[in-house]
Amino acid sequence: MTALAAAALPPVKPHPVSDFFYRRRALLVLLLLVPPLLWVGVVYVGSLLALLANSFFGLDHFSGQVVREFTLKNFAELGTGANLDVVARTVGMALAVTLACIALALPVAYYMARYASGATRAALYIAIMLPLWSSYLVRLYAWKLLLAKEGAISWVLAKLHLSWVLEALLATPVIGGHSLSFSPLGTFIVFVYLWLPFMILPIQAALERVPASLIEASSDLGARPAGTFWRVVFPLAVPGIAAGAIFTFSLTLGDYIVPGVIGDSSMFIGQVVSLQQGTAGNIPFAAALSLVPIVVIALFLWGAKRLGAFDAL
Amino acid sequence: MTHAVALERVYCEYGAVKAVDGVELAIAEGEFFTLLGPSGSGKTTCLRMIGGFALPTAGRVLIEGRDLTDAPPYARPVNTVFQDYALFPHMNVRENVAYGLMVRGVPRAERARRAAAMLELVRLPGVGGRRPSELSGGQRQRVALARALINEPRVLLLDEPLGALDLKLREQMQAELKALQRRLAITFIFVTHDQHEALSMSDRVGVMNRGRLEQVGTPREIYESPATRFVAEFVGAANLLEGDAARRYADGAACALLRPERIRLGSEAGARASGTVADRQYFGAFVRLRVELQSLQLAVDVPADGVVPEPGARVQLHWNAEAIRRLDGNG
Repeated sequence: MTALAAAALPPVKPHPVSDFFYRRRALLVLLLLVPPLLWVGVVYVGSLLALLANSFFGLDHFSGQVVREFTLKNFAELGTGANLDVVARTVGMALAVTLACIALALPVAYYMARYASGATRAALYIAIMLPLWSSYLVRLYAWKLLLAKEGAISWVLAKLHLSWVLEALLATPVIGGHSLSFSPLGTFIVFVYLWLPFMILPIQAALERVPASLIEASSDLGARPAGTFWRVVFPLAVPGIAAGAIFTFSLTLGDYIVPGVIGDSSMFIGQVVSLQQGTAGNIPFAAALSLVPIVVIALFLWGAKRLGAFDAL
Repeated sequence: MTHAVALERVYCEYGAVKAVDGVELAIAEGEFFTLLGPSGSGKTTCLRMIGGFALPTAGRVLIEGRDLTDAPPYARPVNTVFQDYALFPHMNVRENVAYGLMVRGVPRAERARRAAAMLELVRLPGVGGRRPSELSGGQRQRVALARALINEPRVLLLDEPLGALDLKLREQMQAELKALQRRLAITFIFVTHDQHEALSMSDRVGVMNRGRLEQVGTPREIYESPATRFVAEFVGAANLLEGDAARRYADGAACALLRPERIRLGSEAGARASGTVADRQYFGAFVRLRVELQSLQLAVDVPADGVVPEPGARVQLHWNAEAIRRLDGNG
């Protein structure tokens, strides 16, 4: 008792600022929220609205000046064959990349969440995050070399006497091409590589929250491992899959560098936007085309919600 | 007669840790058997080896006479009520309860009918459409029970199922579980660290300590004739007499047990010992005195409604000769 009394701590001194805000919580919340709200409201939403407004303007092709008069000509132009091809190609690639990322990420994420512990898990985290530490352009050109006709991948396949597999793949219509680095298949491989970490991490976070006892309970009640996966693990991973899919889908939809470096030089939405607002100087059409990914992602989110992807959140 | 469950010289080792160290146990059909022990004693590991969630490193696990030592959980005729209930959060209560039927391909109408009957059995009708997150702890417990019983297991495993409930609810569930077990006439294997639960519900209790089964017996045998010092101390309150005290009061046994409620206060005539009350604790039904003797302290339970001596008072202690239980072995 005496020892405790002797060691008594000095009283906590009042602090005018802390005390003031302790009594006025609402004011504190307001002060904390105003800067980000201003940023998001003015800079982000503002520029989106500017984009929307621009898409209804026209272009005087003779002078190259933007004509600030309401017109739907840009949207009519979107519906023409070449532009629809670009949209279909981009959305198709985004869907394929997303599905491939889900298929590749699920086992890795499951292993990390359920089995890996300590050092193994740390090593896996580093392995997944490490590519993000280096420039995306560097990785892109590294892949260009790997996928080239004389590159490492075709060399390894030749040594394994599997060149015929590659040739068959490249001869396939739609995905094939002159070599991996000049084919949609190559574009797809690089996209999957680039965005895979953004799929693994959210799925892993979702699976981390699934207690092991749920999997045991499913097994206890008679479900074989495949049944347990589809009825318990997968549904509970869906919020993570949805979050990851938003990343992989929107990143692919908006990218304009990858298809320019690797692929058969057919255009993606981002490249056309870049050309229209840069070289062609047709800002109104570029703005209209930029609205396409926004609308597609909105549809994607709406569909995911309809499928119940966010129910478990 | 085949046993519902038999463990034959079962070991379970994790690296250098022997979670279960040579357990030999046979549980009869229709028995309410409890594995009692402190945390880390191996009781849950034993249960998990019966359920198939942990595999023994040596020994055999027989269920209804069949060797299922290495069988996966889905191939065993047992079901489990998990400590955290393990209800599927993305399914409603009806889907949870009917899960075992669904994976077996039972048609939907039949599933709904049997799930409703099960919810009726655990006295939880009409909640089938709700999510587990909308239920109270006691209700979730009942859903977990209904889900485990729907496959009509011959053996139900219960892993500290009442641990998360408050005292009143726990006592109510104890009585209900016991009644349910009698009604269904199936084997219950119950794991708990709560000795009251173990004594009040079980036909037989196995007390575990450090991976070993210290004693198996009826609750009365466990309480009144503990085989080892560990059992004596873990089950109920105990005065352990050792050394001088054991020589003086227990005819020279190495160690002996004297339960606090077996000691009475009385007059000087015929008293076996006398001492000073050092402290007292009020428990409602009784008061526990800590009485200082020359060389030891004894806990003495006296009725709360009588005259309870103040601390510092001199008291004479009486007990019957058979109240002293010799403990052999060193437990």
